[in-house]
Amino acid sequence: MNKLQEIAWKEKFPQNAGEIEISARLELPRRIDLHQIPWIRPLLQSRWPQFLIRSLTLAGFIFTIFAGLFGSRVGSHNFAIIFVWIAWWTALKLAFIPLGGRSWCSVCPIPLPGEWLQQGGILEKSRRRFGLNLRWPKRLKGSWLQSGGFLLIGLFSAVTLTDARVTAWVLLGLFGLAIVLSMVFERRAFCSYICPIGGFTGVYAKIAPVEVCVIDTAICAAHSEKTCYQSCPWGLYPLALRDSAQCGLCMECLRSCPSDNIAVNLRPFGTDLAAERRGSRSFGRLDEAFLALVMLGSALAFAAVFTGPWGSLRLAAFAIGSPAWLLYGLGFLVLNLVILPGAFVTAVWAGRRWSGGKAQLRRAIADQSQALLPLGLFAWIAFTISFAFPKMNTVLSVISDPLGWGWNLLGTANSTWSPDVSAFNPGLKVALLLVGLFWSASVAQRLALTNTGRTLREILPVLAFCLAFSLAMLWLLVG
Amino acid sequence: MRKEWIARSVVLVLVAAAITVPVVAWQARSRGVVIHARMAETGGWTPESLTVEVGQPLRLRLTSDDVMHSFAIGQSDQPPVDVIPGEITEVTLTFDEPGKYTFYCTRWCSVNHWRMRGTIEVTGPETAPEVVEPPLYVTLGLDIDAEHHADVIPERKPSASLGAQLGADIPAEYQSREYYRSHSPANLWQALRSDPSLSGLSDQEVWDLVAFVWQSNTTPQDLTTGQQLYTTNCAACHGETGAGDGVFAGDLDQPKTGEHAEMQAGEMMTARPTDFTGAEHMLAASPAHLQGKVLRGGMGTGMPYWGPIFTEEQTWALIAYLYAFQFELEDGP
Repeated sequence: MNKLQEIAWKEKFPQNAGEIEISARLELPRRIDLHQIPWIRPLLQSRWPQFLIRSLTLAGFIFTIFAGLFGSRVGSHNFAIIFVWIAWWTALKLAFIPLGGRSWCSVCPIPLPGEWLQQGGILEKSRRRFGLNLRWPKRLKGSWLQSGGFLLIGLFSAVTLTDARVTAWVLLGLFGLAIVLSMVFERRAFCSYICPIGGFTGVYAKIAPVEVCVIDTAICAAHSEKTCYQSCPWGLYPLALRDSAQCGLCMECLRSCPSDNIAVNLRPFGTDLAAERRGSRSFGRLDEAFLALVMLGSALAFAAVFTGPWGSLRLAAFAIGSPAWLLYGLGFLVLNLVILPGAFVTAVWAGRRWSGGKAQLRRAIADQSQALLPLGLFAWIAFTISFAFPKMNTVLSVISDPLGWGWNLLGTANSTWSPDVSAFNPGLKVALLLVGLFWSASVAQRLALTNTGRTLREILPVLAFCLAFSLAMLWLLVG
Repeated sequence: MRKEWIARSVVLVLVAAAITVPVVAWQARSRGVVIHARMAETGGWTPESLTVEVGQPLRLRLTSDDVMHSFAIGQSDQPPVDVIPGEITEVTLTFDEPGKYTFYCTRWCSVNHWRMRGTIEVTGPETAPEVVEPPLYVTLGLDIDAEHHADVIPERKPSASLGAQLGADIPAEYQSREYYRSHSPANLWQALRSDPSLSGLSDQEVWDLVAFVWQSNTTPQDLTTGQQLYTTNCAACHGETGAGDGVFAGDLDQPKTGEHAEMQAGEMMTARPTDFTGAEHMLAASPAHLQGKVLRGGMGTGMPYWGPIFTEEQTWALIAYLYAFQFELEDGP
């Protein structure tokens, strides 16, 4: 039995007519296959464009670490703080994720050096490889560790987001961990199971209008070499992809497919939500449900600490190790591990009782957590607008003075321009939160209709949960 | 395999560049920042803004591209250093408190000499903003641009020592520092004149009492400090004798014909420097009023603002000295 046969998707391998319905779904007219567009095709087929972007992001990443370590200790004058937490963080939440899903993963520099060692090359694999190439422990699969990582970020957020040295050490730590893990485990263990940003991006990639998928499943089924799986750095098999949460959009499958059977589709927003997972009859997974809840909890906590009116909360979040911080950390963990999961589970349970549904509670939780995704993504976007937009002028000024040493390389060091969103800021935030809420409600509705086929009662408590979350965000961001 | 080697080279070159830039910059920085000084008309200081962290030494290498300048830091004990054409003068500064410091030229290099100013932003760990008390002239709500004239002026320069010899019983309220700072000599003269217990004194004797009160609110040390500051910073326009006839006074005294609209772009409105020997307006100005003029500058007159340069003590010392042009003060000039 080879590795390919062992892996989980094998059990769900489409073998009967009922499961081949996915191929019908893929032929839906509301998709545009970017790979078939003549001028885009060579850009995706060639490894060079992506490689060049990755080498630039790698150089930028290393520069960021050095700037963080040696540059000014004042956050607003240090490239590391401003580029990571204002520019990149904003771009991630406002552009990369909502428009491109895991598109950041496709150009992320963190796994590059480890993968080079692991595969013996950057563009071409060679036989001179390093590393133990172990399988990732089954128990640690899923996004649990990523949720944990995100909680850690939340616990130390106030300092990480403002102290350039700490930011540099965090980045260096992630970088080192990625290299070590690729020396010990096979493929992209760090990206798949550890990277907190990967978790964040993956869970919301389901909303994004981009997907990589197989065009004709029959061709794949007949293809015995599975070159796509062999070449996938993430260890994914395109035919077994259930949604867009896992795929890092690296395009290796597309380059190795001998039958041109992989599509890079533009698709309607939110396609993966409340759609049965390809090849499976459930909608979600418990680990993803937990991650979605952690994202909600973190959004609340970040909004309260960074944009809320409570100076003492902010001070507590800053004073790492102090009794006040311990209290803050405890509150943060209770919110994320007890209050939000408790409230959500209660809502799902109540809905199930009320509607007389017979689905397993675990499955109902996993399924209905899909409704939390638009809610969370839009809460994060609204928070980003509050937090980052007023500081946009610092992006221009650190480009000219990345280390905070009084340089003026491009003449923008003293820039005071930043988008003046004050006029429509509150309205914009309310609108974003409303879009998230209504989208979530519509996902919940679709879930209920597909699931029980008869009643909307099931989703009312979950809707109440979403409403309560939206009101809390509204209170924190708009007041 | 060729492609692979190109790819590896690209990665290594970019990574090396990403490391080299900050490291080289860091080394260059430890050698010091070169600052060029030019007359204000041709650019002033380059660079004119610097950033440094609290406690970090800032090495400056100063040189002049035209005439002799001098480099000093406002509100600090750092002695001024000369900036000489064609030579490099090194200064190492270390700041203990975060804030925005002004550096300026102390040589009268041109009529716009005072415009040779730059800033050093000293950054430090974010702290709660200090509560800064507004200066006295703001607290009192003075309109420092309003015309002010003393109705009565002395026949001769009032003398503090003559005032002391009178042995008059001046009510304590008029001798407090608060009264001194917020009232003009003319105000005090009016108040003392209407005091029945002093009705036996002549007008000139009351002026001597005013001079005595003014002197008792300053010290010989203040007057010396004030004189030094005046000579370095004010005499270029206001003149050594305070008569408003300094070396640059003529350049400033350009009566504008017509309205503001005729002014050329970049042209400054200027006025003849104030004559501190003129009793009518000087005796009607309170120390708080002068403080306003010094800190804020005179709008549309060419009078610079000295808020970022003088400390509060220096400002009061300078003001005490300005009254020495009106009063005979012991240890005064």
